[in-house]
Amino acid sequence: MAQVSLRKIVKAYEGGVQAVKGIDLEIADHEFVVLVGPSGCGKSTTLRMIAGLEEITSGDIAIGGTVVNDIPPRDRDIAMVFQNYALYPHMSVYDNMAFGLMLRKFPKAEIDRRVTEAARILDITPLLERKPKALSGGQRQRVAMGRAIVRDPKVFLFDEPLSNLDAKLRVQMRTEIKKVHQTVNTTTVYVTHDQVEAMTLADRVVVMNHGIIEQVGPPQELYHNPATKFVAGFIGSPSMNFIPAKVEQASGALRLHLPQGIVLDVPAARTARYQAHAGKDVLFGIRPEHLTDDKPTDKSNTAPVTLKPEVIEPMGMETLVHFKLDGTEVSARLDPATPATVGAPLSLIAHMDQMHLIDPTTDKVL
Amino acid sequence: MSATAAANRDMPSLYGKAGSLRSERRWALIWAYISLIFSAIILLTPPVYMLITSLKTSAEIADQKGNPWIVRNPTLDNYWELITNSLFQGFFINSVIVTVVVVALTMVISILAAFALARMRFWGSQVLATGVFLTYLVPDTLLFIPLYQIVGGLGLLNSIWGLVLVYPTLTVPFCTWIMIGYFASIPKELDEAALIDGATWPQMLLKIFVPVALPGIIAATIFAFTVSWAAFVYPTAFITTPDQMPLTIGVVSQLVRGDVFVWGQITAGALLAALPPVIVYAFLMDYYIAGLTAGATKG
Amino acid sequence: MAADASTAPIMPSAPNSGRASSLQRLARRRSTIAVLMTTPLLVVLIGLVAYPAGYGIYLSTLNRRMTGFMEAEWLPHGLGNFEILFESETFWAVAWQSCIFAITAVILKALVGFWLAHMLHHIPSKGQRKWRGMLLVPWVIPPALSTLGWWWMFDPAYSSINWLFQVFGIPAVPWLGEKWWARLSIIIVNVWYGAPFFMIMYLAALKSVPEQLYEAAAIDGATSWQRLRYVTLPMMANIISITVLFSLIVTFANYDIVRVLTNGGPRDLTHVFASYAFQVGILSGNIPRGAAVSLFMFPILAICAFFVLRGVTRRNKEQM
Repeated sequence: MAQVSLRKIVKAYEGGVQAVKGIDLEIADHEFVVLVGPSGCGKSTTLRMIAGLEEITSGDIAIGGTVVNDIPPRDRDIAMVFQNYALYPHMSVYDNMAFGLMLRKFPKAEIDRRVTEAARILDITPLLERKPKALSGGQRQRVAMGRAIVRDPKVFLFDEPLSNLDAKLRVQMRTEIKKVHQTVNTTTVYVTHDQVEAMTLADRVVVMNHGIIEQVGPPQELYHNPATKFVAGFIGSPSMNFIPAKVEQASGALRLHLPQGIVLDVPAARTARYQAHAGKDVLFGIRPEHLTDDKPTDKSNTAPVTLKPEVIEPMGMETLVHFKLDGTEVSARLDPATPATVGAPLSLIAHMDQMHLIDPTTDKVL
Repeated sequence: MSATAAANRDMPSLYGKAGSLRSERRWALIWAYISLIFSAIILLTPPVYMLITSLKTSAEIADQKGNPWIVRNPTLDNYWELITNSLFQGFFINSVIVTVVVVALTMVISILAAFALARMRFWGSQVLATGVFLTYLVPDTLLFIPLYQIVGGLGLLNSIWGLVLVYPTLTVPFCTWIMIGYFASIPKELDEAALIDGATWPQMLLKIFVPVALPGIIAATIFAFTVSWAAFVYPTAFITTPDQMPLTIGVVSQLVRGDVFVWGQITAGALLAALPPVIVYAFLMDYYIAGLTAGATKG
Repeated sequence: MAADASTAPIMPSAPNSGRASSLQRLARRRSTIAVLMTTPLLVVLIGLVAYPAGYGIYLSTLNRRMTGFMEAEWLPHGLGNFEILFESETFWAVAWQSCIFAITAVILKALVGFWLAHMLHHIPSKGQRKWRGMLLVPWVIPPALSTLGWWWMFDPAYSSINWLFQVFGIPAVPWLGEKWWARLSIIIVNVWYGAPFFMIMYLAALKSVPEQLYEAAAIDGATSWQRLRYVTLPMMANIISITVLFSLIVTFANYDIVRVLTNGGPRDLTHVFASYAFQVGILSGNIPRGAAVSLFMFPILAICAFFVLRGVTRRNKEQM
């Protein structure tokens, strides 16, 4: 068990393309950290540098306090679960799990004890004699995890382990991974492009984009207090609405002027925070779940809005309604019982205590 | 064309069309079977006729009156005489020694080189891979004369060890080429998993690559075996005395004695000599065919 | 908990120069292993292919006793062997025979192979394996040995083929005794031996054409001939050209069949480059001239090899 430290890590490829542009990250012992971001953001490269599969262009990586820059993967005491599992096709499940221990010359009895134990944790004991070919996707995934568990390494590395599974299995395996982490409690670095996976699994989420870290924090923190427009838009599904707006001073309070003559009052608690931006153009950010039916019990910090739906998507437990505000797409999340018709005005309320203002020049959340 | 177009416009004739489609298909199938039976007869006639001849006595072969395609007094004497003939036994042993050593050498050379070329990019590796393929295209008849001089210079003319030295030119390029293809098709994650599991390069090759690419290795081994067994140009050029001859050249040159052709023995010897590759083919046909087609599709 | 983790102790990292060299050492170690692993291959390629090729060129410039260069009258010094060959009628006959033999045999093999592959592709896949196994037998038997069987069937006195002809009232054919019949016999044996190989290659190519393309073409109104012309052949074009060129190389350089069937006769009229080089170089003992004859194969082989390589490279790119 160990902490992992990344200090000014840069990965540049031939031709000068930088996949990772100098990131710093401290991962504590026992922590479950998820690197999340769109494809090409450098998250997988970062993970592979921790594993030792990619060389570091500059910077330091330390595992358990030791700089491992020049240490080959086999001596880093890490275990990795790959996207397509990378199970050895010619070995049985048992041998797949035992292989790493065998290479490290563990005694037979110890190997057997560890494999049996891992198989019990992962519930794959009946499969031990099978070949990977004869396993389903979810079972292969478990074996890949078993191969990591038996090693009892300092760090677990997961590289998009669930992306080859179908939606239902993905949810199930997600829970499984979380359970395993709670059992073995090993420091874990997990890479995914799926923000739901990131939110559900992580102690802390690291949002990456274009080779830099946008924000690091616990899931709730990222959801409620995103630092940048990218994080605000990336975390949460469906994505946050961004509406161009102007901040106006109005007798000691602030008001937002939106397209189509919509005017919203900024809650009094936020007046001081946004005072400096009075008279300036900003982006008004609000999540669809905070733009809802006009029937809350507590009407404080809300503002009424009336819009004409363009598309209505009933999802069962909720209904998504999409509008257009002068070319900007806006969505709202409604109670399925609320009647909504395309083209007919619909009165909604915006929960202004959940709003964000973004500086359109720096993309920072104000 | 126009008939089909008319049929499409005209519903009733569409049904007629469907019926004729079925009979068309049936005729195509019958035609296919007729073609295949016809070609199978032609393709199998020479070995079958060799078998017929090998079962005849010399007297029956010499008899010009009867139907040569039937055996009146079948006998295994030709085979028995060959099997008990120490000369023929010598040919067989020579062939086995040369083939086994060459196949072993070939596979070691090819697997090592293919692993390096497929996985460890190094300076010149791409050029070398292309070079391997080009040497595969060099026929043995292009270089047998300089090789004759070289083997002679080493004092290995008229020795099976001279053959062991030169046969790899026939086997190594192709085997390396298809092994590069098989190794390259192994997902990269597998080596990465092995690296993290703690494997060194030799362990990765022996414990992961060789077992995973086993079908390719079998195909390459079969290729090396058949080529070494059937090689003809080099032994004809290099070997002069019967005691060093492998089977192919032994049967062709030694059983044909002057003008007296003992055809019963010649055909029996040829069939016996052809037996090992045919047996390998019969049992490992799928690997054999995979190796054949791999040259153009892998690598 | 994030913030405090940054205080975790980190051992001082090595100075930059030290790391660069250790990384280099790792990379160098990997290429050292790679070079070691490819050394045996290089020994074979250089020692047994490249060196003999260069040595063969040198040999071809020597005189018969290999005591000095072969003098020439109108060609540059040392090319005397080539000069003599250019002026020899037998040599030109050999050159023509090689070309006629290779081209005719390859075309026939390609056509027969394509036809067989097509017929095989037509029948239910359950039976295909059995038929394929049977039809490939000629390719499996070492050609020097199967040619013995053909020789016996072509025997002037005992020809079993002529016996069959006689049953149908066809006059006996002097298979190996007359020049055109002898040339045809060699082609027949070569086609018999090589057509199954074409069949296997084409069958693999046919199987790689997705069934849906045929269904789409059928719905677009293509007849079976049009499906062959516009779907099958374009999809197979690459493998057809690779196989044909490859076979052209092998057939052009063929030795076994000529050696066993006619040994160049009658009157040296069925020799091809390989068998003639053998005759001149090994049997008559004129090594330099034999080497010169072999070298004449090189240009045409090089052209074929170039196109094969191009085809294979293209094919690999498509597959990626």
